[in-house]
Amino acid sequence: MNRLAWILLLAAGLAAPFAVYPVFMMKLLCFALFALAFNLLLGYTGLLSFGHAAFFGGAAYVTGHLVKHAGLTPELGILSGTLFAAALGWVVGSLAIRRQGIYFAMVTLALAQIVYFLALKLPFTGGEDGLQGIPRGFLFGVIDLQRHYAVAGKSLGLNLYYFVFALFCLGFWIVHRTIHSPFGQVLKAIRENEARALSLGYRVERFKLIAFVISSALAGMAGATKSIVFQLASLTDVSWHTSGEVVLMTLLGGVGTVLGPVAGAFTVVTLQSELSFVGPWITVIIGGIFVVCVLVFRRGFVGELGRILKRAL
Amino acid sequence: MKKLLARTSASLVALAAASAFSAPPKEAVTDGVVKIGVLTDMSGVYSALGGKGTQVAVEMAIKDFGGSVLGKPIQVVGADHQNKADIASAKAREWFDTEKVDMITGLLNTGCALAVQKLGGDKKRVVMVTGAASTDLTNSACTPYSVHYVYDTYALGKVTGQAVVQGGGKNWFFITADYAFGQSLEANTTKFVVKGGGKAVGSVRHPLSTADFSSYLLQAQNSGAQIIGLANAGADTINAIKQAREFGIGQKGQKLVGLLIFDTDIKALGLNVAQGMQFTSGFYWDRDNGTREFSKRFFAIHKAMPTMDQAGAYSATMNYLKAIKAAGTDDPDAVMAKLKSMNIADFFAVNGKIRADGRMVHDMYLMEVKKPAESKGEWDLLKIVKTVPGDEAYQPLSESTCPLVKK
Repeated sequence: MNRLAWILLLAAGLAAPFAVYPVFMMKLLCFALFALAFNLLLGYTGLLSFGHAAFFGGAAYVTGHLVKHAGLTPELGILSGTLFAAALGWVVGSLAIRRQGIYFAMVTLALAQIVYFLALKLPFTGGEDGLQGIPRGFLFGVIDLQRHYAVAGKSLGLNLYYFVFALFCLGFWIVHRTIHSPFGQVLKAIRENEARALSLGYRVERFKLIAFVISSALAGMAGATKSIVFQLASLTDVSWHTSGEVVLMTLLGGVGTVLGPVAGAFTVVTLQSELSFVGPWITVIIGGIFVVCVLVFRRGFVGELGRILKRAL
Repeated sequence: MKKLLARTSASLVALAAASAFSAPPKEAVTDGVVKIGVLTDMSGVYSALGGKGTQVAVEMAIKDFGGSVLGKPIQVVGADHQNKADIASAKAREWFDTEKVDMITGLLNTGCALAVQKLGGDKKRVVMVTGAASTDLTNSACTPYSVHYVYDTYALGKVTGQAVVQGGGKNWFFITADYAFGQSLEANTTKFVVKGGGKAVGSVRHPLSTADFSSYLLQAQNSGAQIIGLANAGADTINAIKQAREFGIGQKGQKLVGLLIFDTDIKALGLNVAQGMQFTSGFYWDRDNGTREFSKRFFAIHKAMPTMDQAGAYSATMNYLKAIKAAGTDDPDAVMAKLKSMNIADFFAVNGKIRADGRMVHDMYLMEVKKPAESKGEWDLLKIVKTVPGDEAYQPLSESTCPLVKK
């Protein structure tokens, strides 16, 4: 991608709250970041984690609890949530990377279900009700994230939006840097042929673990941000549905592409919101779309677009 | 990339500076429309007792009111909260922010109701809960803009608990839905069981929308308690009662008591299964001429008699609109002041009054399911055993922990 395209995307992100309902836009960004984090693992390391909701939701609970009860400012809250997710990622990763393929996926799923159970049973999480009423608070103790501005007859929460957008850009930058660094090259080598990477002298397990920790930390950052946006951390965030959804987003958008997860997350979240009136049929519709996409665009939207344009997107 | 970052931060700073000049908006008195949001369970375990029927009731209220108030049209929007607090709060936020929704009613699940009520408090919009039951809504979680309209776990626990204990059911075992509502219902019932000289010998918790109650029922059966209290609702209660019959519970001296039961549940169970069961309700369609008149009109549209949630949503909407008319504005503060000062008197509530903590106090009824022989029609399901005046049934205002109550 050339510089102009990046600048256009950035401008679109900055202008978005004036065109789209900002809270919805922030939800898109949170899930896009979540999918980006997931793609780092699936698309660039070749590891299919089926328990990423544990990091997403776990961080949401930790952030929510610390902001609500310990009075942390939002940025410190999100930082703690992210660190928690990284630590959890280290534990889960250390156990899971000993196995490969379906066993890897099952270990991550099993450990994520433990986190789900804890979220259901620990007293501070509020069980089925979720952790409610998380204050948005003051960024760095000064900028009021609740504040709304009147723009063209609409009342927009711009402070929060630009905070979330900045976090998204930070996350995107980290993923982009990771992929295009020598470290990322090694990850791709592991994805392509693990035995060869090993024979070249790379300590494959260590690379996998670091990739897992980065991925879970960023997934945690997405979940932590979501808990500040929606002022709520709930069981949905840690449930296996969410783990499945992020797989869907990544595959739809294009696994192993930089922009694919963003496009996939935008598509899935928008469909869920626009089609909410059909009730439980939504899963059937999204399932149908998924089947069509897998049959027609094997590389996902962005992957196919990249093939047509003959560049890596 | 470095340049890009520099530009990002520069433009962010510029934008922040630009937007700092525009002051936060002052809420207009009215935005040309009074919009009512029906947020309820349209597809899940509670959809039969609320769901589409609640929206039908709200639409009827708007039509009966004349379709407009203070010369402005009244509109209704509906959505499914899927019993998930995150979906409920996201939808309510969107309604408040972009769709100009002035009041939200329905809210069948306590988790959802707590989330939306909190949001209504932050955004200064009226929330009239007709579905959810937890007393938290009028205690620590109360807001100046919230009304808890139909019933709560205190009234259910007190009226049913006292009646059962007086009838000799002293030892209780609870099967409880594992979230705020179930816990609150269990705690409130236990309180009145103990007060009446009974005791709770144990309890077991199940997740919301459970299909298989066998392990919970076996525990209850083996506990030796005389009474098995079901602190759950909707399809959960129906499943528990049906499966209890398969285990022979109810035949060996143990008795099931459903603490929150709706007419639609009895309909689903059938009189054969449910006969003789006692429970507490805030409304019954066949109580008097007023309720029958409304219920028959409702039946013509919805093909089922209204539950207390649905009838309550009609009454809440109607009184909200009356309050707007009386106040001459849809400003939430003025409307709430009117709502709390006026008498609620219609087919739903005979002696209704909205207290400072948002509790709508009205008469409650101890109901009993008819025997199949007593029933004269498809919906002739229940008889009223006792009418309990609101002040006796509900938590006294002096016990409320709502910060709005002046003591």
